[in-house]
Amino acid sequence: MGIVSPGFQGRRRMSGPALPPGQYLTEDFPVLSAGPTPKVPLDDWEFVLGTETGAEFRWTWPELMGLPQETPTVDIHCVTRWSKLGTSWQGVSLDTLLDGVDTAARYALVHSYGGYTTNLPLDDLRGGRAWVAHTYDGVPLPAEHGGPARLLVPHLYFWKSAKWVRGIRLLVDDQPGFWETAGYHDYGDPWREQRYQGD
Amino acid sequence: MTDMSYLDGNMLDGPLRELFAVDLSAATGRCQSCGMVAPVARLHVYSHAPGLVARCPACTEVMLRLVRAPDRAWLDLRGATFLQVPMPLEGRRPADPAGTRPVGGDRRGGRGGTG
Ligand SMILES: [Zn+2]
Repeated sequence: MGIVSPGFQGRRRMSGPALPPGQYLTEDFPVLSAGPTPKVPLDDWEFVLGTETGAEFRWTWPELMGLPQETPTVDIHCVTRWSKLGTSWQGVSLDTLLDGVDTAARYALVHSYGGYTTNLPLDDLRGGRAWVAHTYDGVPLPAEHGGPARLLVPHLYFWKSAKWVRGIRLLVDDQPGFWETAGYHDYGDPWREQRYQGD
Repeated sequence: MTDMSYLDGNMLDGPLRELFAVDLSAATGRCQSCGMVAPVARLHVYSHAPGLVARCPACTEVMLRLVRAPDRAWLDLRGATFLQVPMPLEGRRPADPAGTRPVGGDRRGGRGGTG
């Protein structure tokens, strides 16, 4: 329990602007959704990590809860221009989930219950920068915010932090996801304002 | 399960009018996923999102997506096998020489012909 990174965030705030370009600060937590909210009973929930060779690693809900937990406090930036600072989460680091997974893949395609997908480089899931988060602000993550569990990759625009996360496929070649096939950026760094293809 | 988080397809009228000269509010579309033919106005449109996502009212699969950047737009219709758009009868277009054909007698709907 308890790997927190407020120091990292604090340094950022002291040394530069708290908000990426084009963003405004919000205190509430807007609900964005591209479809109906899936209802996933915890008994049926599972998370599947698949590699480029077809190997699969699965976790049930109790198994996820049995893994080492972290409590990141992070700033989040939505491509629709709101940012929210100092959000508190609990979840399992992707470093933990990827530990022992043998792969030569460089890309990841994230899948959600309900059919949503998003892509990002595998490296961005490593290094203490990505979690499967199940608790927000001390309570179980509400369904409208992606519960039972969502991906949390706060250094990229928030559409990469897929709600209702169900699994991740590791890929040799990059494969664009739901918004990335409709004009949005393949990487989505808010500090470089990579909103749309070509930005 | 009720879901009040979407709007009906009438809200696509304005955004699509930016791209097309035809009035799509009276169009119908066929869902690629389940085959249902539905008026565009009956699609379920999720607009609290980075773009507009219009879903089939029967199976909830995506039929149309529209993303608007400041200087560009992307329209994705892969979830719709067709869009059927009502057109004025050939030879009866308002641009025809005046008086050669009667206009509007067999038009359906209140919006046709009013431009
Ligand atoms: Zn359908």
